[in-house]
Formats: sequence, C-alpha cells, structure tokens
Amino acid sequence: MSSSLERHKYDVLVIGAGGAGLRAAVEAREAGLKVAIICKSLFGKAHTVMAEGGAAASMGNANSNDNWQVHFRDTMRGGKFLNHYRMAELHAKESPDRIWELEMWGALFDRTKEGKISQRNFGGHEYPRLAHVGDRTGLELIRTMQQRIVALQQKDARDHGDAESFIKVFAELTITDILKENGKVAGAYGYYRETGADVLFEAPAVVIATGGVGKTFKITSNSWEGTGDGHALALKAGANLKDMEFLQFHPTGMVWPPSVRGILVTESVRGEGGILTNSLGERFMFKYIPDVFKDKYADNEEEADRWYTDQDNNRRPPELLPRDEVARAINSEVKAGRGTEHGGVFLDVSKRIPADVIKKRLPSMWHQFYELAGVDITKEAMEVGPTCHYVMGGVDVEPDNAAAIGVPGLFAAGEVAGGMHGSNRLGGNSLSDLLVFGRRAGMGAAEYVKNNSANPVSQSTIDTAAARIEAPFKRTGGENPYALHQELQEVTHNLVGIIRTKSELDDAIVKIADIRRRSASVTVQGDRKFNPGFHLAFDLDNMLLVAESTAKSAVLREESRGGHTRDDFPGMNSTWRQVNHISSFDGTQVNVAKKPLPALPKELFDLFDPHELEKYMTPEEMSKGGSN
Amino acid sequence: MARKLKLRIWRGDSTSGGLKDVTVDVNEGEVVLDVIHRVQAEQMGDLAVRWNCKAGKCGSCSMEINGKPRLACMTQCASFDEDETITITPLRAFPVIKDLVTDVSFNYKKAMEIPAFEPPVGMKPGEPRMEQIDVERSQEFRKCIECFLCQNTCHVIRDHEENKKSFAGPRFFIRIAELDMHPLDILRNRKKTAQEEHGLGLCNITKCCTEVCPEHIRITDNAIIPMKERVVDQKYDPVRWLGSKIRKREGIL
Amino acid sequence: MANGVFSSSRAQISEKTLRTDKWWLQPLITFSVLVSFIIYATFRAFENGNYFVEPLISPFYSPCLSTECVQGASLLGTPFGIIHIFGMTLSPALIILIFPLGFRMTCYYYRKAYYRAFWFSPPACAVAEPKEKYTGETRFPLLFQNAHRWFFYAGLVFNVLLTVDAILAFRNPEKQWGHLSVGTLVLLANATFLWLYSLSCHTCRHTVGGRLRNFSKHPLRYKAWTLVSVLNHKHQNFAWISLFGVAFADFYVRQVATGAFTNFYFF
Ligand SMILES: Cc1cc2nc3c(=O)[nH]c(=O)nc-3n(C[C@H](O)[C@H](O)[C@H](O)COP(=O)(O)OP(=O)(O)OC[C@H]3O[C@@H](n4cnc5c(N)ncnc54)[C@H](O)[C@@H]3O)c2cc1C
Ligand code: SF4
Ligand code: SF4
Ligand code: FES
Ligand code: FES
Repeated sequence: MSSSLERHKYDVLVIGAGGAGLRAAVEAREAGLKVAIICKSLFGKAHTVMAEGGAAASMGNANSNDNWQVHFRDTMRGGKFLNHYRMAELHAKESPDRIWELEMWGALFDRTKEGKISQRNFGGHEYPRLAHVGDRTGLELIRTMQQRIVALQQKDARDHGDAESFIKVFAELTITDILKENGKVAGAYGYYRETGADVLFEAPAVVIATGGVGKTFKITSNSWEGTGDGHALALKAGANLKDMEFLQFHPTGMVWPPSVRGILVTESVRGEGGILTNSLGERFMFKYIPDVFKDKYADNEEEADRWYTDQDNNRRPPELLPRDEVARAINSEVKAGRGTEHGGVFLDVSKRIPADVIKKRLPSMWHQFYELAGVDITKEAMEVGPTCHYVMGGVDVEPDNAAAIGVPGLFAAGEVAGGMHGSNRLGGNSLSDLLVFGRRAGMGAAEYVKNNSANPVSQSTIDTAAARIEAPFKRTGGENPYALHQELQEVTHNLVGIIRTKSELDDAIVKIADIRRRSASVTVQGDRKFNPGFHLAFDLDNMLLVAESTAKSAVLREESRGGHTRDDFPGMNSTWRQVNHISSFDGTQVNVAKKPLPALPKELFDLFDPHELEKYMTPEEMSKGGSN
Repeated sequence: MARKLKLRIWRGDSTSGGLKDVTVDVNEGEVVLDVIHRVQAEQMGDLAVRWNCKAGKCGSCSMEINGKPRLACMTQCASFDEDETITITPLRAFPVIKDLVTDVSFNYKKAMEIPAFEPPVGMKPGEPRMEQIDVERSQEFRKCIECFLCQNTCHVIRDHEENKKSFAGPRFFIRIAELDMHPLDILRNRKKTAQEEHGLGLCNITKCCTEVCPEHIRITDNAIIPMKERVVDQKYDPVRWLGSKIRKREGIL
Repeated sequence: MANGVFSSSRAQISEKTLRTDKWWLQPLITFSVLVSFIIYATFRAFENGNYFVEPLISPFYSPCLSTECVQGASLLGTPFGIIHIFGMTLSPALIILIFPLGFRMTCYYYRKAYYRAFWFSPPACAVAEPKEKYTGETRFPLLFQNAHRWFFYAGLVFNVLLTVDAILAFRNPEKQWGHLSVGTLVLLANATFLWLYSLSCHTCRHTVGGRLRNFSKHPLRYKAWTLVSVLNHKHQNFAWISLFGVAFADFYVRQVATGAFTNFYFF
C-alpha cells in the first residue's frame, strides 16, 4: 500500500470546506502559506449552503442603536451565560467586518433603502441584525468564499504559473486520522472517496472545520456530512470536547412524509404569524410560558393576536418563545398523546395570512411543503416536530487563535468548536461565528507555522492509519454499517433526545458502548471505489464517539439549561453555570471531567443589569462583580 | 402503505456497465433519493450516489431519471405511474466514475477560467452602497446551487465532446452575466471574453438549460441573451462601436 | 467515432435518450406549423394579386413599393420599377419580405424553435442530436444572427406602416372616414400583435434598459425595462399569435379581394 501512497506537503491543512474552513484557508493563504482544503463532498456543497435565515452582525443598518455590546449581551443571554465570554466578545466585535469583507469579494446581500446591507429580526436578537439574501444566506456565504478561493488561485496562476501552487482543494476526500509526532500535529491521513485510495498529508498545522453531528440522531436537519468527524478526530488526537450535552433541537422540523422528517421549517413561519395547535385543536403554547418570561409573552389568544398589529401595547405570542422552550412544549404535547397522527403538532399560517402573502414572504417554505409533502400551506396546516439542528458543544479551543487546547498545531473553528454559544445558540450567530473564528483559526495556524517547522510523519504512524482504513475489507461476517447506524440513531433519539433522565442516559451509555463494540467488526460489500457502505463504516465510528460524549456529559449535568433538559432536574442551577464538561478519549472510552468556566471580566460584567445577572449567577459571583 | 417500485439503475464504471433491475418498497411521499438509499441499505451496499442535503439546496444529487436531468431529492416517486419502471442513470454529459456518480471536474475547471469579481480600487469594506434594484439581476444568478444539470443538458457539450475545451456552459454564462451586471465589478472586458474565450457564440439559445434548472433561474432569457446583446453592442454593432470609440467608454455604464 | 453521449468515457447506454414522455411532439408541432406557414406565405408572395381591396391591404404586400402594385396600394410611392428575374415578374411582396422574414429568422425565440424542429440541434432536451459537428452561432452564416437588432429596427418601421394601414381601414371603400368593418378589426388586431411581438423582443428589452449596469441611476429606463420584461416573458406567445395574425390578415384581405368574403361593415 504505502509504496504507492500519495503524499502531499502543506503548511496548513484545512479539514472542511464549509464557511469556517474556507475562511480559515483564505486567511492562511493571505499570510503567505501553502494551504490544502479537504472536504468530504464536492467543493461548494458543505452543510453551510443550507443556512437560510442570515448572519448576525451588529452593523446597525436597520437600527442604529445596535452595537457589539448589545449583540454580546444577546449572545450571552441566549447561551444562558455558559458561553466563553471571550469568544462571544470577539464574535460580537468582529462580525460586522467579516460581513462587509464578503461584500468586497462579490457577495450581494439584500439592501436597505439607503443601499446598505439589510438586516432582519430573529429570535433572541434585540434589534434587526441578520444580514441575509432572501432565505439562502448560507449559499451566498459559501459561494462567495468559494469564489474568493478561486480568485486567489487565479492570482497564484498569474504570479506563480500554477493555480494550485498555494491553495489546492481536495474534494471528496475523507480524513480518517490526524497524525502526530512528538506530541505535535504532523499531518492527516485519509482516502479519496472516488477511488478509495489512501492519501497522506504532511503539515505542521491542521484546522478542523468539519461542522456538526446531526446525523447521530434519527431526526435531524443536517446533511449526511454531519457525522461529527472533526469532533472525533480531535478527541482521538488528544484534544478535548467541551459541553457535548448541549444540542439544539429546532422546534419545527417536518415530520411527514417520513422521507423528509427533520427538514427544517424556518423560524420565520412563526415570526410571520404561524400558530401551533395540538390534535384537539388547542393552541397549547399558552400552557408552557415559563415564569421568567411571563411578563413578555401573552397568556391569552386575544392579546397574542393583537401583537401582530400592535407590538408596543401587547405581549408577544408564546409561539415566539426561544427555540428550546417551544421544542420542549411540542415534545410534551406529543408525549401526552395530543400529537398528530405522525407524531407532531400542527403549525398553521393558512388561517390568518392571505395566500398570496404567504407565497411572497415564505416562498421556499411554500415550495418545500408543496413539492415534498404535497401540502399547500396556504390552505392546510403543516405538521411539525423538533429536529436535531446544531451542536453547541465542540472542541475546546483558545478563543483568540482557535488553537485546540492540549494539541500543538491543531486548530478548530465553526460548528465543531465549542464555547462560543454556551448552552444554546441564537439563530444567525453560527454564520458569523464561522467567519470570525474561521479567520482567527487561519491566523492562529499561520502564526504557529511561522514558529514551528515541518514535523515529518513516521512510517509506523502511516502504517497504523492505513491499517485502519483497510480493516473493514479484511473482515468477514461482521455487521452491516447501515443497520448499526440506524440502531445508534434509535438510541440517541429515544434516550439522549430532547428530554433526558438519568435512567435513560445510563441505559444509552451502555447501549452505545455495545454498538461501538460491535462496530469494530463491521464488514462492507464491494470494493474501495466510491463505496458508501465503506464510507459509512468510518462515519459510524465518529458518531459513536460523539454520542458517547454527549450521553456521558448529559448524565453528569444535573440541571436543565438551553439545549440540555433533564426531566429529573427541571430547573436551571447557578452552580452548574460555573461548570464546563470536558470530554477526553483514553483510547478505549470517553471520560468526562468538570472544569470551571472562566469568570466574566469586570468590563463585560458591567454591560449587564445586575438584576438580570442574578437570575444566572450565584450570590458570591455577584458580589465579586466580575473577575479582576 | 408501502408499495413496490420497479427501478432500472445504471451500474458500472468507465469501462463497462448497464441497467440493473431492482424492486424496492416505497412509502408515501418518498422521493427517488429515498428509494435509492433503500436499495443501498438493503440490496446494493456499494451503490454509489452523491447527495448532501436532501432538500434541493446543495445540488449534489443530480442524475437522469427517465432520461430527464433532475435532482433525485426533489423528484417525487408519486409523480410516476404505479406500474411504471423508473430508469435512473448518471449524468450523460460527463465521464462516469461509478454507478450514479460522474466526474464533474469540467465545471470546476471552467469556474477557474472566469475572471473573478473585481471591486473598485481603494474601496473599503462597509463603503459600498447599492440599491436593491441594482443587485436583483445578479442575485437571481447567485441562487445557483451548482447542480450542473444545465451543463449536463446543454447539447453543445453533451453531444459534442470536442466543444468542452472552448465552451464554459450555461452555469458559467450566468456567472459572467452576474459579474457584468454587478454594480461594483470594474472588469470591463467580460463581454468580449465571453464571446472570444468562453464560447457564448456556441450557445444556440435552445433553452434546455433553463428547462432543467431546479432553481428556476431564467438562464437563457436573463443571462445568455442579455450577454449576447451586450456582445453585439461591442462587437457587431458598428454604430455603438463607433460611439464607444468616440466617447471613450464601454457602452455599459 | 462515437461522440457525445456515446463517448467512451460516458456511462455506457445505447439509447440516444431514455426520456419516456412525448418529447418529439413539440418539435413536430413547431415543424408542421412553420412549414404550413411557409407554404402559404410562399404561395401568397408569388401570387402577386388579391392583396388590396379598398381600404384593406394585406400585410404581406405593405408597403407596396413597385410600379407593379395595384392602384391605391402604394402608400409610400413606387421607388421600384417592375423587376424581372429569369423572365418572371417579381412580386412586390418579395421586395419587402426580407425585413419581416429576417426579423423572425433572427428572433431569439424562433431561433430556438427552428434549431430544435428543423436542425434537431437538439431535437429536445437530453435527446442526442444526430449531427457530428456543431459550431453554434460562432461563424458565418449563423454569426449573422447577431444582426437581429437591425431587423428589430426595421420591424418597428413596419409596425408603424401596418398601424397606418389599420387606421386607413377606418374608411369605407369610398374612402370616407368613420367606418368600421371586420377588416378594420383584423388589421387592427394584426398591428397590435406585431407591436406586442416587437415590444417583447429581447433586443428591445436590452435597448430600453437591459444594457445598463445601474438601474437606480435611470429610473425611467428601469420602469420601461420592467414593463418590457413583463412582455418579454410572453415573447414566445406573441411570436406565434402575431404570426397567425399576419397570415390571417392576409387571408382575410385575399378572401375579400377575390370576393369570397364580403367585408362586413358595422357602421
Ligand atoms: C437547515 C439549516 C439552517 C440553518 N440556518 C442557519 C442560519 O440561518 N443562520 C446561522 O447562523 N446558522 C444556520 N444554521 C447553522 C449553520 O449552517 C451551521 O452551523 C454551519 O454552516 C456550520 O458550518 P461549518 O463551516 O462549521 O461546517 P460545515 O458547513 O458543516 O462544513 C463541514 C465541512 O467539513 C467537511 N468534512 C467533514 N468531515 C470531514 C472529514 N472527515 N474529512 C474531510 N472533510 C470533512 C465537509 O465535507 C464540509 O466541507 C443552519 C443549519 C441548518 C441545518
Ligand atoms: S440555451 Fe445555450 S447554454 Fe442553454 S442549453 Fe441551450 S445551447 Fe446550452
Ligand atoms: S444554473 Fe440552475 S441548473 Fe445550472 S447549475 Fe445552477 S442551479 Fe443547476
Ligand atoms: S441532495 Fe442536495 S440537492 Fe439533492
Ligand atoms: S423578435 Fe424575438 S427576440 Fe427579438
């Protein structure tokens, strides 16, 4: 095998061609380095294309009162103060520049009357803040970055005679291992999906930007790429994952027909006036308004209805509660037997909005339901239910340079990195996160490469990595990877899902371990050439590590906060707010440890009303008034 | 609920291959990609197919279904007759790799040949002011999900391999049009190069690209024909050509 | 040499298309209709008669520019004498035919229609075209398609003339104004369809505003472009309707001229 092994040498290896990866690559290239971009699918197809709503940045185009401080506050509140303050701060400060920069690379956002970038309202953001292009913002972002890469390559072609001399995209290539020598990153190993042939990359710095983990769950809005590869690669390379118990379940995913189960129904549907009802026809959200929100949300239909026309004198309809609240409410209704035939609830816009307005304001939703479910949302209700959408947990990194803590030369940015969003992400904060921390990861890697020379990979490391890829073909009579994947999804869905209890989590940990044991013997049909069964065998391994981290972190956190809800510990607990869960991998299993969350420095502490902080912080923390 | 669906799926690689019959369960509301996945999970573990989002957003699952270039994730099984056999093949304009997966690198090569966006010299981020009506035309083209169905259908390359070197294809004509209509782009020779280097003249506006575009981009009417007219302004219209020489500006400002 | 979808690198499939729908129907219809029109138009152009009856003139023969023209048909005078080619008298229709013919031949929509139906290039989408070589509109004679705008301008002149013809039809055979006959309506409809066809033309769309980079700096032209764009969406329909319109107007005038119809006067 290794005699004919394809080898490449780069300064920086970027794994992932989503928003974060591409931004990192641009930055590293502009610092003068040789960069390889690696992705599992074709170039330009990464999961980021699916983002609809927009990218949050306090440019203040729609409301001039907006600024980074307000954005910072919103982000911390949304994350229930479990966010790493420094990440939230950098993110709030830098996102406007990152959006403007896209414009200089050819992006065309929707405009305001004055010709500036238009910004829209979204849950949890105090002001209209999301830069957007209709409902395809992610596509715009990816395409702009993709074209930026092409622009840089064209320049390299002019200056150096070869377009790929400084940036090369390796599409449809799966990385299976991050390689280390002498305790530092040395490169990565993987295979071409097309041919099945192995490839070795040698590089002193590796940026992981592999996105989310949604495919670990049965019902998800994520694409097949969301198999938590980066999370697992980092774990195995010796890095840690932070707060893996926090998963965002978007309240409204499609539930019927089965083939589209999980596909996102955008939050704007509720924003435009969609109401949620159960099978008895009750508008049930009124029953689920938590005490902390009682003064902001209407408790009767009349007032809720009036809000759409008069927002100053009425409280908002409870359908617009934060994502986690709505998701839990829907879940409870269905569990209580008041769900629809297909296990969801009804979301209806047809009764209150005229057909032509629906088609104008929610074009892609109309299209999606009409084409995929045969439902005309201007006439009928949609059936919706929670869907696994986003993982807040991720690689534990240094905020300023995105360096993975514990592994020199390893960096992580985007959805795969943890800390930025705390226990719950606000809509629109991910796209800006990709840009801000993608760039910082690129800078971090460039800085690192300047001070660290190449770190050659040894033959034994190569042999181990190669053997791992070859293994599934050498085995016979093992299990079918498709079946195991399905089994895992059942376990996570039923036991580690949106509402959790200790007994179920314990059960899940046992079951996941069992599947992992059996997965060691999966066999695949056919040969190496573009073989999805073979590909799944590796993805499966990654998903299992992610599921294990999630289940083990979840069983420890004895409170409910953001994307983690414990039936047996329903309240939020200020002592738990001071704790991050750090997952590490010892070669056989995942271990979870507690680590104190860094305290808010005084200048950031002072941005908040103390009465608000009291809801989240212990009296001791309050009396300190922030660190230093 | 489940009924049986008869499929003929092309299996093979660049050396050989053919249509294979399979029968598979299909449930209410399923799309062709779902049944392909079922075939994969139950009968042909190594059946190669590209897909990502299963929501018509990424443009990965392009293939030909009953001879028509389409996205498998947006093609309802219910749109076929109960007893109809559905034929599924890879894209036929590009080299096949395996089963339903083709080598679409042609398109990435062409993307590299289109000169990138060039903003005005000295313009700072945050400065641009553009009105909605000025960006709308280009925005339509930026809806493109790069499924390459248009490229695949275009007879210029589908039926004439030799044209591939000189023809960028509809996907990249909309890219050129996007930039030529972009309020900030300062590169002024896009029309000329469209005709002389990217093969705009090879297009005979027979509109198949528009017919298959899943994003309903009006490729021919809104991009190719306007570009052809702009080319005429510069190359084949003596009056305008003269005018532009005298007034020392390119016709379009 | 196997080319196109049968090239060796492509998936090996022996059918030139696997489409199961009636993809051949559309080109067949286009072919039949256009051929019928060509036959009728050729017959009428060479007929050199039955094109004028006070106050109606067939659009095939207007403006009638040769001394050959029948009394009263020549609105713009008769700059051409009687032309003979190979001993045959050239019909006055043939002098002007080049303009409407050229306009339609170079029309972006008709190009699509006849490339598909006559040239099979391609016969329908994803149906392999029979020819081995293809150079599109890159060289003579098809490079000439780029002259469409000149025919468009000529078309406008014709539209004006045919509109005048329609207005003149508000007279009775004694040339008194203020009358309305079926013939008036026929010519009026013909002129209207031709205007719609021209206004919806892609060149028109380009000229009124499409060529601009910044609409916001030219609000009026933007408005015009928006309107033309709406029409342009229906260009294909206008292309067919106006074609039938011309043929029918001519047919009607001919029937009246031969006495087969009487031109009914409403008042
Ligand atoms: C339906 C939907 C709508 C959303 N809407 C919004 C929104 O409106 N606003 C917002 O801010 N956020 C939104 N999000 C969230 C946001 O889109 C994602 O969090 C974000 O795109 C993640 O980007 P990323 O760059 O981290 O990774 P991704 O875009 O997921 O890219 C991951 C990349 O890594 C590659 N990769 C993965 N594993 C490997 C491997 N082993 N080897 C090689 N390459 C690998 C993949 O091929 C891919 O290129 C939405 C998400 C979904 C699902
Ligand atoms: S209109 Fe032109 S580009 Fe589009 S398919 Fe036809 S020939 Fe190709
Ligand atoms: S223009 Fe349409 S058909 Fe062509 S690649 Fe883009 S989305 Fe696909
Ligand atoms: S899978 Fe993304 S378009 Fe079909
Ligand atoms: S007349 Fe048809 S495009 Fe001009």
